[in-house]
Amino acid sequence: MNTTDHLIKMANQIAANLAAQGREVAIRETAQHIIDFWDPRMKAGIAAADHAQLSEIARAAVGIVTAKA
Amino acid sequence: MAYEMQPDFGTPARDGAPVTLTIDGRAVTVPAGTSVMRAAAEIGGAIPKLCATDNIEAFGSCRMCLVEIEGARGLPASCTTPVSAGMVVKTQTPRLEKIRRGVMELYISDHPLDCLTCSANNDCELQDTAAQVGLRDVRYGYAGENHLGQAPDLSNPYFAFDASKCIVCSRCVRACEEVQGTFALTIEGRGFDSAVSAGAAADDFLSSECVSCGACVQACPTAALNEKSVAEIGKPERAVVTTCAYCGVGCTFRAEMRGDQLVRMVPWKDGKANRGHSCVKGRFAWGYANHADRITRPMIRESITQPWREVSWEEAISFTANRLKAIKAQYGARALGGITSSRCTNEEAFLVQKLVRGGFGSNNVDTCARVCHSPTGYGLKTTFGTSAGTQDFDSVEDSDVILIIGANPTDGHPVFASRMKKRLRQGAKLIVIDPRRIDMVRSPHIEAAHHLALQPGTNVAVLTALAHVIVTEGLADEDFVRERCDWDEYQDWARFVSDARHSPETLEPVTRVPAEELRAAARLFATGGNGAIYYGLGVTEHSQGSSTVMAIANLAMATGNVGRRGVGVNPLRGQNNVQGACDMGSFPHELTGYRHISDGDTRAQFEAEWGVALDAEPGLRIPNMLDAAVDGSFRAIYIQGEDILQSDPNTHHVAAGLAAMDCVIVHDLFLNETANYAHVFLPGSTFLEKTGTFTNAERRIQMVRRVMDPANGYEDWQVTQLLARAMDLNWDYSDAGQIMDEIARLTPSFAGVSHARLDAEGSLQWPVNEAHPDGSPIMHVDGFVRGKGKFVVTEYIPTDERTGPRYPLLLTTGRILSQYNVGAQTRRTANSVWHAEDVLEIHPTDAENRGLSSGDWVKLASRAGETTLRALVTDRVAPGVVYTTFHHPDTQANVVTTENSDWATNCPEYKVTAVQVMPSNGPTAWQRDYEALAQQARRIEAAE
Repeated sequence: MNTTDHLIKMANQIAANLAAQGREVAIRETAQHIIDFWDPRMKAGIAAADHAQLSEIARAAVGIVTAKA
Repeated sequence: MAYEMQPDFGTPARDGAPVTLTIDGRAVTVPAGTSVMRAAAEIGGAIPKLCATDNIEAFGSCRMCLVEIEGARGLPASCTTPVSAGMVVKTQTPRLEKIRRGVMELYISDHPLDCLTCSANNDCELQDTAAQVGLRDVRYGYAGENHLGQAPDLSNPYFAFDASKCIVCSRCVRACEEVQGTFALTIEGRGFDSAVSAGAAADDFLSSECVSCGACVQACPTAALNEKSVAEIGKPERAVVTTCAYCGVGCTFRAEMRGDQLVRMVPWKDGKANRGHSCVKGRFAWGYANHADRITRPMIRESITQPWREVSWEEAISFTANRLKAIKAQYGARALGGITSSRCTNEEAFLVQKLVRGGFGSNNVDTCARVCHSPTGYGLKTTFGTSAGTQDFDSVEDSDVILIIGANPTDGHPVFASRMKKRLRQGAKLIVIDPRRIDMVRSPHIEAAHHLALQPGTNVAVLTALAHVIVTEGLADEDFVRERCDWDEYQDWARFVSDARHSPETLEPVTRVPAEELRAAARLFATGGNGAIYYGLGVTEHSQGSSTVMAIANLAMATGNVGRRGVGVNPLRGQNNVQGACDMGSFPHELTGYRHISDGDTRAQFEAEWGVALDAEPGLRIPNMLDAAVDGSFRAIYIQGEDILQSDPNTHHVAAGLAAMDCVIVHDLFLNETANYAHVFLPGSTFLEKTGTFTNAERRIQMVRRVMDPANGYEDWQVTQLLARAMDLNWDYSDAGQIMDEIARLTPSFAGVSHARLDAEGSLQWPVNEAHPDGSPIMHVDGFVRGKGKFVVTEYIPTDERTGPRYPLLLTTGRILSQYNVGAQTRRTANSVWHAEDVLEIHPTDAENRGLSSGDWVKLASRAGETTLRALVTDRVAPGVVYTTFHHPDTQANVVTTENSDWATNCPEYKVTAVQVMPSNGPTAWQRDYEALAQQARRIEAAE
């Protein structure tokens, strides 16, 4: 698995595990998780990745991360 | 300290109300329940004894400790006689002296008189007691029937049993039962034929159930059971108390020395983590420290295809610093990183992360907890507010129900397992949640009330089903929850777990746990009194490791099992200083004390202390470092005391990452597997050669004390300091205590910690600060650290790792008692006699389907890779599940494990890998290629 695929998998995993909190909370928490735990090149990597491969929650969360960067 | 035996009060301490009596004219006040023997010992009046020792209950067989008590008939044994108020005792009278001499005479008449050549000479209770009672003559002679001249049992690699020196006092048998809980020893025969036996007639110590913990050797009052090292080296001359470098129990030992040679490690009775007990690793497996494989001179090479070249420390450090500076100049600070070690001290871990953050200029620092307990940090911080277990080990003495999930304490944490077993023998109930039938499920005098043998990967489903039963049957402790937790979050969680889709019946097809068994376990945990949860890597090393930790915390809060003795959530830490390494700011997003790197106030404190600006962005975790290395943006790594090539998942990927870097610095005792890809090898020092602290699984900070000079010339923190200075940092620590002082200045939970205080008090459990000046044995007593306890909804999400026609079995991995982690230490000791190779446990049905028998070579293949090892057919594993250990590099179990990891922390999913098993007639291509690579990579150029 290349790094981009790995990042997409990680983002989707985070979103899936937080989904039970409810959509809005999950989006917010997924974004915060990426902000809190990911290195800048990982954040840049997920921002540049094919967002079609992200779940709906992950995609929205990555949007927040990118906007805050 | 000069050598002297540890004080022995004869019988265990008690904690009853004070009772005052008179012994030999002196008033003494002791707790009710104390024996007369112990009361006398506490005022320095040692009553002669042979069958009594203070870590086992009194037995009353040797008749040496008789005393006279006013108003009492006969001469009671002081060891079995409890004190009473106003009792008047005489321990020395002509009548007593005569009886004791007579008894001693009988013992000595059947004992070899070879004291001068005996390994226990001047360190023998029998000898001391003979002197104490004034024995001068043996009237019976030595010509009669006796037990002399028997061949000693030398089968155990570490100690000998010489039956001719045995006085059949049963101390060894009782220590095996009461302290260790193995029941391997017994007294065989009656009367004159009574003899200590390790089992059936054909058994010797090695072939018996003995786990070589050393409790029998420690208990023996003669040389009948004695360490072989004492016979070889001689009686110790001095003793230094230090802390074991193996598992997270953190046993303290007396390193007993003769000159600069370690004679033996004897568990320290005052050690609060181990209470005078030990296991085969800490007690005996220290020979690696002087093993011939140890590298003591620095080595460098331009490329990993070249042989190593031994150089001076100056050249090695200069070479390393120049390479790091060049990489930083070309690729930027974020191209550099480091890994701290859970096998090194707090001070050493602190310095490595300081070097990375302050010297390299990045936050790319991580630690081996990434691959074990990082989900504990995340899960417990989220729910409770602190990344640590809640209890001290003593707490288990008050537990009524013990729930073990994903841990194998008898193998991984054997000294604490013995404490646990003792409590279970006293009547506490046990629930085990584990795919394997671990020893705790059924062993002598212990049987789990419930063993939930779940399908690997379904921890969250099982815990949610347990919560479902507790909530829907009205068993939750709502008073506790209302007072201590966020009530709204609890209600959300209670609604979630109450959903019918989380019932044991609905989930049974997923978990494979019979619903009724699960319901019964839930009821027991919720209603059985103090419920304590202990867990290990079977919880954390999953794609939902963090969720599982939070589900455990939910369960503890819902049942009111937090904040007092006997309860709690207790991660059993794998390595000796996992807790400490995490505390010391080893994670890429946190400074010491688990404070986020983005927090400006915290960062400002460090910047002021260190005089450098810090990056506010989190750094890379180990797996992300390897990804970035393959991509070319991560170029250099300083690895202290970790062997990521063997211990981390998906070996192929780790190798690719390491091979892509321009500078890999390995700081270790041996040329480990990672060093095959290194450009710099900096020799490390053992725990016997350094001063510092370890923090164990109960947050207990304990001193590690240097007992001999480092064979490599430097303690590990000194090596890091050399590198820091070469990187133009003005570090100037003259001893490890100064590093701890800096840690205390920068870390609120360590504010009251210093080496001087640890020397004075033995140990301290963090937090130690103004609010908790004497430390904190139990956490969250008056409320959770985060304020209100947080219930987190944990949805079960199956792992991506699925079985199918090509890979129909599930592999789970773990460790065994005699070996430790990647085996770098224990494989270089006689412990290999118990476990010379990794084997694959496979259920008889799965074996039969493949035509396999125990001992056959099998190929173990997954989507990630394949290896070969021998099969062990056993019903300890369920059908469809196979199990192996990862202690041996020639097996490389992690060639098979995958890149799947925990969603929150990237802790690898070691515990679930879909595999196929088939007969094999030789090593795989990977094993052959790796063997060739390792040989090539370990060449050392002949010195000029």
